[in-house]
Amino acid sequence: MAMIDDNSKKQIKTLFEQLKEQVNVVLVVKEEECETCSDTKTFVTEMTDLNEKLVLEVIDVSDEKAKTLGVTMTPAIILLDKDNKDYGIKFYGIPAGHEINSFIMGLIEVSGAGEVLPDDVIARIEKIDKPVDIKVFITLSCPHCPGAVAKAHKLAFMNKNVNAQMIEANTFNEISTKYNVSGVPKIVINEDTELLGDQPLDAFLNSIEGL
Amino acid sequence: MAIEFSLNIGPVKSKRVESDKLYDTLIIGGGPAGLNAALYAKRKGLQVGILTQKVGGQVLDTKIVENYLGHAKITGEELMKEFEEHVKEYDVPISDEIQVTQIECKEYKEIHTARNETYKAKTVIFATGSIPRMLGVPGEKEYNGKGVSYCAICDGSLYQDGIVMVVGGGNAAIGSAIDLSRIAKKVMIVHRSKFRADQILLDRLNEQENIEIYLGTEIKEIIGQSRMTNVTVLDKNTGQVRSIKVEGIFIEIGHVPKTECLKGLVKLDNKGEIIVDANGETSEPGIFAAGDVANVKYKQIIIAAAEGAKAALSATEYINKGKH
Repeated sequence: MAMIDDNSKKQIKTLFEQLKEQVNVVLVVKEEECETCSDTKTFVTEMTDLNEKLVLEVIDVSDEKAKTLGVTMTPAIILLDKDNKDYGIKFYGIPAGHEINSFIMGLIEVSGAGEVLPDDVIARIEKIDKPVDIKVFITLSCPHCPGAVAKAHKLAFMNKNVNAQMIEANTFNEISTKYNVSGVPKIVINEDTELLGDQPLDAFLNSIEGL
Repeated sequence: MAIEFSLNIGPVKSKRVESDKLYDTLIIGGGPAGLNAALYAKRKGLQVGILTQKVGGQVLDTKIVENYLGHAKITGEELMKEFEEHVKEYDVPISDEIQVTQIECKEYKEIHTARNETYKAKTVIFATGSIPRMLGVPGEKEYNGKGVSYCAICDGSLYQDGIVMVVGGGNAAIGSAIDLSRIAKKVMIVHRSKFRADQILLDRLNEQENIEIYLGTEIKEIIGQSRMTNVTVLDKNTGQVRSIKVEGIFIEIGHVPKTECLKGLVKLDNKGEIIVDANGETSEPGIFAAGDVANVKYKQIIIAAAEGAKAALSATEYINKGKH
């Protein structure tokens, strides 16, 4: 049985008309000890089947490519552009529930059709000259979470110094506990700067500039 | 595992409000009041736009809505998506991620934002809604996001088989307690006086075996270490103070109006809500208010939406009379 219903598929297809260039979607799975890998594979397969610009590659975490992409947990989804350029955009865990929205936004972004930001914001993002790692902890039932994920991914897309990961807190219990996640979205920048809630881009930038 | 999807990106991206253009009316806020005001104003032929932090407002935090006429049962998010799509049919420009910092009444109304933009309009409809009310007890701020939560649908799933507390006695609190009882091992609901939620929700609450009810009980303090561990409560009936061990506390004690950018521009009541007359007019000519930010007693989606319509019609009349 299809995971995504026909009505949603129709809506997603319309959204995918915005896709500009090809996006290479890499799904990293593990054969054992990965409860959500098979569901994630079904989901990503159904999503990428909706538009010919979306090309899916499924690899095992033991694959050399997974290491090159810096994947540490499974399931993981990495979005590469048409030339296989890695922007550091990752989804750890299935981006279902509300997170389907940030997944779609991520695909549109990497295809080159993301929303154009005001000039002064672009200038601030381009100025980031130190390595920035953004973790956005989410749950699938959180309506405020996709906004935070999409903003973190946009920063990663626009500046090579920024990496951004969505982390589904219930799938990755251990790391969530380590980062003391009990409210989402929780944004952790370079390990010790924390933001709570769907913060505006300005708040991300203020935190990054204050590092 | 059951997999659900909550797609909420519309197929059409709204145009944004332009900062160099003079609008007939600009609406601040994108919840039910703001969206319905936009619909009514646009249909009257006004040049209208919406400036908001986020489209949807606090209805997004409501899991299920059962009292919006015409929808027997719908998620808060789906309802707001329908509102938004309806408004989008009319090509109303909507700018999100906007934080209004100040409104000035000059020749026209000037709306200033945190990003130093200025928008101009002949009238302004203020529909900013409200934010969750805090308990105001020691430890609440410190443990926000470390056990203290104001969004049960967001954070509930982090407490699987845990013990959680819900504070409040209205529909939001009772609804959250019922939802959480399906996730957590035990839910304690604490309220300082009597419940004021709808009877239909209270009946459902009483059916849940893992919910304990503490009425006439006040929260005194939230304590913990790296995250919260205990809540100190006072039983007002017996005067007894005790410490209860819980992993999370969900605070649902109502809302406070979001009026900080008004800075004395219009009259507020003692709750901080904007005083409006029966037609949504505030004390300042050309500034209207609607929804939870206004001093309309009952805070309901359908009331907020209707008040938005009234404010838009009043703004239309104001413009047609050439008062701007």
